[in-house]
Amino acid sequence: MNWILSAEDINQTDRRRVGGKGYALALLKKGGFAVSKTLCVTSETYQEYVSRTGLRERILLELNRKAFRDMRWEEIWDCATRIRNMFLRKPIPEEISAELKQAIRTIFEDNAVVVRSSSPEEDAAATSFAGLHESYVNIRGSDAILEHILKVWASLWSDAALLYRQEIGLDVKKSAMAVVIQEIVAGDKSGVAFSKSPNDASQGVVESVYGLNQGLVDGAVEPDRWILDRRQKTIISHTPAERRHWVVTAASGVQLEALPAELTKLPPLADTEARRVFELSLAAENYFKSPQDVEWTFCKQDLIVLQSRPITTLSTQKSDDNRGWYLSLHRSFENLKLLRQKIEDDLIPAMIRTADQLMQRDLTKLSDQDLAAEINRRWEINQKWTNIYWEEFIPYAHGVRLFGQIYNDAIHPEDPYEFVDLLTHSQMASLERNQMLADLADRVRSNPSLAKALSARQTDELDSQFVEAVDRFVEKFGDLTCAVTGGTQCEQESDSLYKILLEMAAHPSAEDKRKASRDRDALQEKFLSSFAGEQKKKAAEILDLARSSYRLRDDDNIYLGRIEAQLLAAVREARQRIDTYQHQDWHKKDVSDLIRVVESLDHRRAFQAPYQQEPNGNFVIQARQLIGQPAGPGLAKGPARVITHAAELAEFKYGEILICDAVDPNMTFVVPLAAGVVERRGGMLIHGAIIAREYGLPCVTGIPDVTTLIQNGDEVTVDGYLGIVTIGSSDL
Amino acid sequence: MELTQEIRDRLKDLCTSQKLAVVSTHSGGQPYASLVAFVASDDLRHIFFVTARTTRKFANLKKDPRVAVLINSSSNAESDFHEAVSITATGTAEEIKGSERQGILKRYLSKHPYLDDFARSPSCALIRVAARSYYMVQNFQKVMELHVDR
Repeated sequence: MNWILSAEDINQTDRRRVGGKGYALALLKKGGFAVSKTLCVTSETYQEYVSRTGLRERILLELNRKAFRDMRWEEIWDCATRIRNMFLRKPIPEEISAELKQAIRTIFEDNAVVVRSSSPEEDAAATSFAGLHESYVNIRGSDAILEHILKVWASLWSDAALLYRQEIGLDVKKSAMAVVIQEIVAGDKSGVAFSKSPNDASQGVVESVYGLNQGLVDGAVEPDRWILDRRQKTIISHTPAERRHWVVTAASGVQLEALPAELTKLPPLADTEARRVFELSLAAENYFKSPQDVEWTFCKQDLIVLQSRPITTLSTQKSDDNRGWYLSLHRSFENLKLLRQKIEDDLIPAMIRTADQLMQRDLTKLSDQDLAAEINRRWEINQKWTNIYWEEFIPYAHGVRLFGQIYNDAIHPEDPYEFVDLLTHSQMASLERNQMLADLADRVRSNPSLAKALSARQTDELDSQFVEAVDRFVEKFGDLTCAVTGGTQCEQESDSLYKILLEMAAHPSAEDKRKASRDRDALQEKFLSSFAGEQKKKAAEILDLARSSYRLRDDDNIYLGRIEAQLLAAVREARQRIDTYQHQDWHKKDVSDLIRVVESLDHRRAFQAPYQQEPNGNFVIQARQLIGQPAGPGLAKGPARVITHAAELAEFKYGEILICDAVDPNMTFVVPLAAGVVERRGGMLIHGAIIAREYGLPCVTGIPDVTTLIQNGDEVTVDGYLGIVTIGSSDL
Repeated sequence: MELTQEIRDRLKDLCTSQKLAVVSTHSGGQPYASLVAFVASDDLRHIFFVTARTTRKFANLKKDPRVAVLINSSSNAESDFHEAVSITATGTAEEIKGSERQGILKRYLSKHPYLDDFARSPSCALIRVAARSYYMVQNFQKVMELHVDR
C-alpha cells in the first residue's frame, strides 16, 4: 500500500484517496502551473491508522455517549477536545511512519512545509463552511510533520465539523482525511483571486496582503482589493486597506507582526502584478473548466499557486442557526488580549459601580410613579449588561479553550482537562463569598452558645461582632434566598443563611479540601519548560490570559447577579406597596402604574417540572446508571439533593450530592457542603465543574433529564473519572 | 412519559429481533449459564424457552426457580461497544403443563420453526419465566431499569 504519493504520481483514479486539495494540486502541476513541491498522505493511511490503533471505535464511543440533539456547543467542543487528544497520544504505527518519514525526507530534506487537510468529501460542501479542518504553516522536520498530520486528522472531528456533520456527511465508519504536505514558499506578498466575482459575473477579484496569506485567510490582516473586468482583463477599481500587520514565519509556525513603516504606504501589488494574478486565476478556470478561487504567493518575481478550488456559493444561513455564532467564539490570542483589557479595565469596574449606585438609592423614598419609572430604568440597565455579557464576556471564555489546546499540544496529557488544574485557585468572587461563609461558620463552630442562639433563632442574643460580620456578608453577597448574588428576602422566611451556617458549623470545614497549590506549581513548570525563548514568554502570557478568562467566567455572573438583585429589590418594593394598599382597602389610591410595570416583568426562572411517572402498562421505569461527561475526577456516594429552585439550596445538608439543572456561581455556596456535583447542562468548563474542581469534588455534567430521573434522597454514586452516576444500591 | 415508551419499544425490538438468550441458574450457589432459544410475550411480562429435562439447567430450576436471562444485540464486532443493546431480566421460572402448553408452544415454534421436533419431544419441558425486572444497558454504560408491577 502506498501511504504517501508525490504530486507527480497522482492519477485520475486517486481523486478520493488524496482529497480535493491534493488532487487539484496534482492537476495544476501536470498543467504546467508553478506549484511548490507537494506530497499527499492518502485517506487510506488515515483509515489504517484509526483501525490499527482502535481509535475508530473510541471515536464512536465518544460520539455515542449522548444524542447530538441533546448536546450544547460546549459539549461538542469537549467531545472534539477529547478526540483530538486521542490522536495526539497515539503515534502512527512504525511500519507506516517509517514510509512517511522516508518520503518526507527525500522530497523536503529539512525545509519547512505547510501541512493541510484535504478532505475526500471535497470540496463543494467543505469549502462552504470554511475553517472546519486545520492547516499548519511552517513545520520543519519529519517528526514535527508527522505530529501535525495527526492534528490535521483529528480536525476531521473538530467542533466545527461536528456542528456541520449533516451538511458535510460526516460518518465515523466512512469519513477519512487525506493530508497535503507542501514546501513552504515564504512569499513577499500573497493573496487570493476569484476568477469570477460571486457578486458580478462580468468581474473578477484579487485580494492581497504583505507576507504570508495566512493572515488574509483567517481574517487577521485586511487585504487590498482589486476588481477586474473579466473580458478586458483591466482593473476597474482598487480599494486600499489600512495596512498595519503582516503574517511572517516564526521559529515554528507563524506570527502576526506590525508591518514595517515603509510598506504601509504602498499597495502590496503593482497594477501589472494584480493583472498577472487575475490572469493566473483565469488560466486555472480555463484549465479546470469552472470558476476558481486561487490562493497564490509572489516569491520575488515568481507567481506560485498554493491551491485552487471551485468557487462555491454560500447557502444562506437560516435565522435559527446559531452555529455561525458558536464558531465566531473561536478567538485569536490577539483578539482575546484586547478583550481582556476592555473587560478588566472598563466593563467590570463599570458593573461594580452600577450595582453600587443602584444600591445607594433609597427605594422607600420614591413616589409610586417614580418607583415605576425606576423599575423600568433598572430593567434597561440589567438588559444592557445582559447583552454585554453575551457579546463580550462569553467570547472571552474562549481564552480557557485556547490555552487548553496549547497545553494539550505541548504535553499530550492523559487527561485532556489536566490544564484546568493550572487555572484553579484564582481569586474568584464566588470563592471569596465561600471563604466569608466559612469564616462565619468557624465562629459558630467554636462558640457553642452562639450555635445555640442561632439554632433557636434568638437573634437578639447573638454577639454584636458576629451580627456585624453577617451584615457585611449580606451587604456584599445577599442573604442566600435569591437566585442572584446580593439579593435579599426573596423568600418569606429568609433564614437560609443561618441554616447554611449551622450545617457548615456542624461539620469539618471544606476549605481544607481545596487542593494544595504545590501540584499547580509543578504543573506550571512542566508546561512552561516545554517551550524555549520567545515561545516560552508567549506560553506564560497565554497562561495568564487563561487564568483571567477562567476567573471571569465565574465572576461575571456574580457581578451581573448583583445588578439583577437591584432590579428585584425595586420589584419587591412595588409588590409590597401594592399589597399594602390593597389590604388597607385604599380604593382611591391608584396603583395601576405599579401593577402594570410589575406584571410586565417576569423574572421567575423556569425550572424543569418534577418527573411524573405516567401509568404505562404497570411498568415502572427507574434510572440505574446514567452517562454524562467526566468533569471533575473522584468517586463519591451520598443522598441526592435535587435542586429545582434556588430557595431549596438552604435545605442542603453536609455530604449530599448536588443534583441540578444548571448551577450558576450565585448558587455555588452550597458546594463546600456537597460530596459531589451532577448537572444536566453539559461541559467541562461550566460553573458546576469549575467550583467542583476547586473543592476537589467528583463532578459529572451533561446528563439529560437528570433532575427528573433522580429523586431527592436517592442514594447516588458519582464516578467523576468515567462520567457515570449510579442510582440506588447494588441489591436486586 | 415518552421515556417509558421509548424503553419499552427498545425492549420489544430486542426481544423480537434476537433469537438466543443466556439463562443463568445455579446449583448450590455455583452459577451456571446456558444458551437457549426464546420467545417473549407481547406484554413483555414473560419469556419462554424449551429445555430437555436431562439438562443441568432444568435440574437447577427444579431446585431454585430464580433465574436471570440475558438478551443482547452484539455481533462480535468492535462496533458493539457503542451500538449493542443488552437487557438482563430477573424473575422466576416454572414449567408449563396442561391446556396452556399448546398455545404457547405454537407461538414458540412460529419464531423457531427449525426446533419443531426438539420442542415437541416428550423429554423436553416448556419453561415460562415471569420477569420481575429488566435492566437495559445501552451506549456502553447507560443503564435503565424497568420493573414489572405484579
